[in-house]
Amino acid sequence: MHSEPTNTYKNYLVGYALHLADSSLIMGHRLSEWTGHGPMLEQDIAITNIALDLIGQARNFYQYSAEIINSENSQKKITEDDLAYLRDSFEYKNLLIAELPNGDWARTIGKIFFFSTMQFYVYQKLIQSSDQQFSAIAEKSFKEVTYHVKWSSDWVIRLGDGTEESRNRMETATNCLWPYTGEMFIPSEFELNDKNKITVNPAGIKDDWLAKVKSVLAEASLCLPVDAWMHSGGKNGNHTEHLGYILAEMQFMQRTYPGLEW
Amino acid sequence: MNHQAEEPLWEVFIRSKQGLEHKHAGSLHAADAEMAIGNARDVYTRRMEGVSIWVVESKYIHATNPDESESFFDPAADKIYRHPTFYNLPDEVKYM
Repeated sequence: MHSEPTNTYKNYLVGYALHLADSSLIMGHRLSEWTGHGPMLEQDIAITNIALDLIGQARNFYQYSAEIINSENSQKKITEDDLAYLRDSFEYKNLLIAELPNGDWARTIGKIFFFSTMQFYVYQKLIQSSDQQFSAIAEKSFKEVTYHVKWSSDWVIRLGDGTEESRNRMETATNCLWPYTGEMFIPSEFELNDKNKITVNPAGIKDDWLAKVKSVLAEASLCLPVDAWMHSGGKNGNHTEHLGYILAEMQFMQRTYPGLEW
Repeated sequence: MNHQAEEPLWEVFIRSKQGLEHKHAGSLHAADAEMAIGNARDVYTRRMEGVSIWVVESKYIHATNPDESESFFDPAADKIYRHPTFYNLPDEVKYM
């Protein structure tokens, strides 16, 4: 267990870094569940590549978080592993959409499409951050995410504009995921009050995100889901029942054999 | 389900960073050209093997018949007068 920095400025940097890290890690972890189960060899490799990209992004943000936390705490120095493997679900700040089950191929494609399109616009702005580390991580991640958006868009279009079955599955997917997209644009306390221009207020990217989603769904001949009530709470540690199971599986080894190394 | 018709085979050619030509890297299945390029990127360029990808549907590649190899290629073996070995190449000429 670590203590959050008492310095409020650093606290909010850590909060933001952890949010970005957690979303990427949980999303990457979910996608890794497809390993060996992809519908075709090439897609199995594609989706595991995406998972690795996301976990890589998470590592960058966790390392930065650890660095900031350690600069405040002279006693116990923590690493990225402490943050990923020893925090409980109420400390995790990921978006809820990341922890949802993969479902069928269409559901997973939908998750990746909505999530990576959001990441695209967030990282694009984060490159301009006055914090050098955030800017550097964002620049690298932006290239990866650009491909994720292209890859998932191509699949949304092919499934939507495909057979009757693929269309139904893709439409079901977008409808089921839609209530989890609103959360992406609700700023949490660590994304507001940014006098120093470090973080990105996600409310500012909603229009871009919606425009992109509309154009891809239109090309896929799918309807834009109807706006209704939106789930939220992930950024504040209020999660669905799924996160507990994910962490139990992911953290089992480190918690059972503390300090375990390869 | 006839997967062969829906997901034809494509041959993948990749040009490496230092290379001049696209080299044959392997083959894969994909429904259309765009997916084939995406798949090739995911499968064959994970370790920075290339900076450019070509994909061609396998059915469009026509090859020599191994049975005809003798008549096709053997005659060229003993015609020394076809080789430009009697010229001195300047050092500046790198790719000859």
